[in-house]
Amino acid sequence: MLSRTWKSLPLRHATFQSRSLATEANINPNRIHGGLKDSDRIFQNLYGYYGHDLKSAQKRGDWYKTKELVLKGDSWLIDQIKKSGLRGRGGAGFPSGMKWSFMNPPGWEKNPGPRYVVINADEGEPGTCKDREIMRKEPHKLIEGCLLSGRAMNATAAYIYIRGEFYDEYLILQSAIDEAYKHGLIGQNACGSGYDFDVYIHRGMGAYICGEETALIESLEGKQGKPRLKPPFPAAVGVFGRPSTVTNVETVAVAPTILRRGPDWFSSLGRERNVGTKLYGISGHVNKPCVVEEEMSIPLKDLIEKHCGGVRGGWDNLLAIIPGGSSTPSLNQEMSGKALMDYDGLKDVGSSLGTGAVIVMDKSTDIIKAISRLSDFYRHESCGQCTPCREGTTWLSKTMQRFVIGDAKPKEIDMIIEMSKRIEGHSICGLGDASAWPVQALVKNFKPLLLERMEQFHKEKTDKVQYGGWVKDAKVFDGRVHGLPHDFHH
Amino acid sequence: MLLPTARLTTRRASKIASIRFFMGFISIPKRWSHIDAVHRNTKDNNPSVKFEFNDKNSQEVTKIIAKYPEQYKKAAIMPLLNLGQHQFGYCSIGVMNEVARILEVPPMRVYEVASFYTMFHRKPVGQVNVGICTNIACQLRGADDIYSNAKSYCKSEKNKDGFFSLEELECSGACANAPVAEINNIYYEDLDKDSIIKVLDDLRIGKAKPGPFGGKRVSCEPEGEKTSLFGKEAFDIRTVTRDDI
Repeated sequence: MLSRTWKSLPLRHATFQSRSLATEANINPNRIHGGLKDSDRIFQNLYGYYGHDLKSAQKRGDWYKTKELVLKGDSWLIDQIKKSGLRGRGGAGFPSGMKWSFMNPPGWEKNPGPRYVVINADEGEPGTCKDREIMRKEPHKLIEGCLLSGRAMNATAAYIYIRGEFYDEYLILQSAIDEAYKHGLIGQNACGSGYDFDVYIHRGMGAYICGEETALIESLEGKQGKPRLKPPFPAAVGVFGRPSTVTNVETVAVAPTILRRGPDWFSSLGRERNVGTKLYGISGHVNKPCVVEEEMSIPLKDLIEKHCGGVRGGWDNLLAIIPGGSSTPSLNQEMSGKALMDYDGLKDVGSSLGTGAVIVMDKSTDIIKAISRLSDFYRHESCGQCTPCREGTTWLSKTMQRFVIGDAKPKEIDMIIEMSKRIEGHSICGLGDASAWPVQALVKNFKPLLLERMEQFHKEKTDKVQYGGWVKDAKVFDGRVHGLPHDFHH
Repeated sequence: MLLPTARLTTRRASKIASIRFFMGFISIPKRWSHIDAVHRNTKDNNPSVKFEFNDKNSQEVTKIIAKYPEQYKKAAIMPLLNLGQHQFGYCSIGVMNEVARILEVPPMRVYEVASFYTMFHRKPVGQVNVGICTNIACQLRGADDIYSNAKSYCKSEKNKDGFFSLEELECSGACANAPVAEINNIYYEDLDKDSIIKVLDDLRIGKAKPGPFGGKRVSCEPEGEKTSLFGKEAFDIRTVTRDDI
């Protein structure tokens, strides 16, 4: 079964070459990526087989020659990361070396005082569950990454902003930090290199929006997590008014291994411009959901069949896949078969890699309900700062709830698209956009289903239901409408 | 005998009292504390009910404040509120005022933080606060049934004393182990509509086991046969570390 899949792939790969102008041609287009060897895995303890304490971590090679790496200095470190081609693992895919170099503009020394690395461990994107595994099983990779990236950016301290729900993970990470302090790996004269570096944990308290970098900074400063307008960018004025950089857990945690094994090793994995390994979390309707580290550019179908035992009921039973967490547009079955799991590969099929969180939906899924649940999520998590997002997400969610049972007129499909366009691009951060995309993708891919459901609903209820889902015998009391055929979420 | 002005005042006062009495019957919509941004005084939760950190937590407070730059003491609002919430049971207005006093910020700065984040419960919750994730990854694997089962459990005789309180959560970030319930910040994973009842029963007697339910797996690995990381020992990166460092 597996071999057949592998054989059939080159053809598909070759026929699918629609590339944007910005992407360069691939050096080795016929190689099928995936099948990462165990010796190439960065997160050896991903499944907790080998222990997460300092001693076991050092057995795997963590903190090995860290002093020498720190002593190499900032420009060497940044240069190595640039050479490796590492791109941010938090969703946007911005080249990490370049991002780190923004902290050292010419004359940065003339601005004395603290500078911060902020680790974004506020993992809350529906479908994403990779950072949790790093924090509870490879905490030392993260702490070492903090030190090395901190050295590269000439930072004095790192704040790890961990989401509040991750209490166990917080305890493990905190004990790992205490261990590292005890052994002189961080703190004054970290690793004996003469560089001072502190690592602190700040716990979030359950706000998804704090995963946005400027909202995270606000939250870290003890305010409501409401995104700031950029510029000034955090690299100029960030947390506590000082230069800071916010990076994802995975980006930082892979850095020590890249520096140790060399950028050439890292860039030999995956396609050009999309190099390295990545943690993929596969959830939803697969036989064996899991988190797995795989090579970049692995075909989506291979990823699911190799590690997750395939889609429930076979590949033909597949309805749609959300390839990178809830904010990325969903792919239908045909596109899912073509998709390569990397930044450019998913851009080519009209989606994006996001955080590498694959949500699989088989044909038993009520896709309208699923997307409606996402709209509810964005409604709940909108911080309320920008009007288009605050009001728009509420509208989207209310309309979507009516769409679930078909309680709407066909005209409202166009209205919801127009509404989503009014949200998209009209908010400070990306949450507004993210709330609009799933709905747009739903209408794009599943409009006949929406229409069918509306028709069915109106057949049963005749013409009792009016625009906006209002019925004649509905009543308003207690701040909500009663007697409607649908039930609002909150 | 009362002076005319005084009489008027009493009459006015009684009128106001009657309005208040009438207002008692107006039902206020019941909402989650994180949706409802308004604080309403109750017998146990009003500004005159003072709160103080106990000795152990006071030391913790000093430690927390030391983590942040001196001029940004305010950054400790969230951790202190959380600490207070742990000690008091929920985030009462007394807790908020005390945090504001310690950090020397106007109380409103603390109120607005407390009302923004969903993990601050500004109304009392049960001893065991059950949060069930119903977001997409969990929903696809049956979280709606789990939630409704848990809801009926919490409304049943078994929860007469209010030991459990129930909450619907947004994504808990453990999607490969969906569906999950986050109970007092501990994750119970791989649930289904029957096992949630078992977990709640076990919690009552203090025997619930966190992590994936049923012992089929340890954490996020695929069930059954291994697909990666086969070795007995972890691969040692020291063996492939470059020579020039």
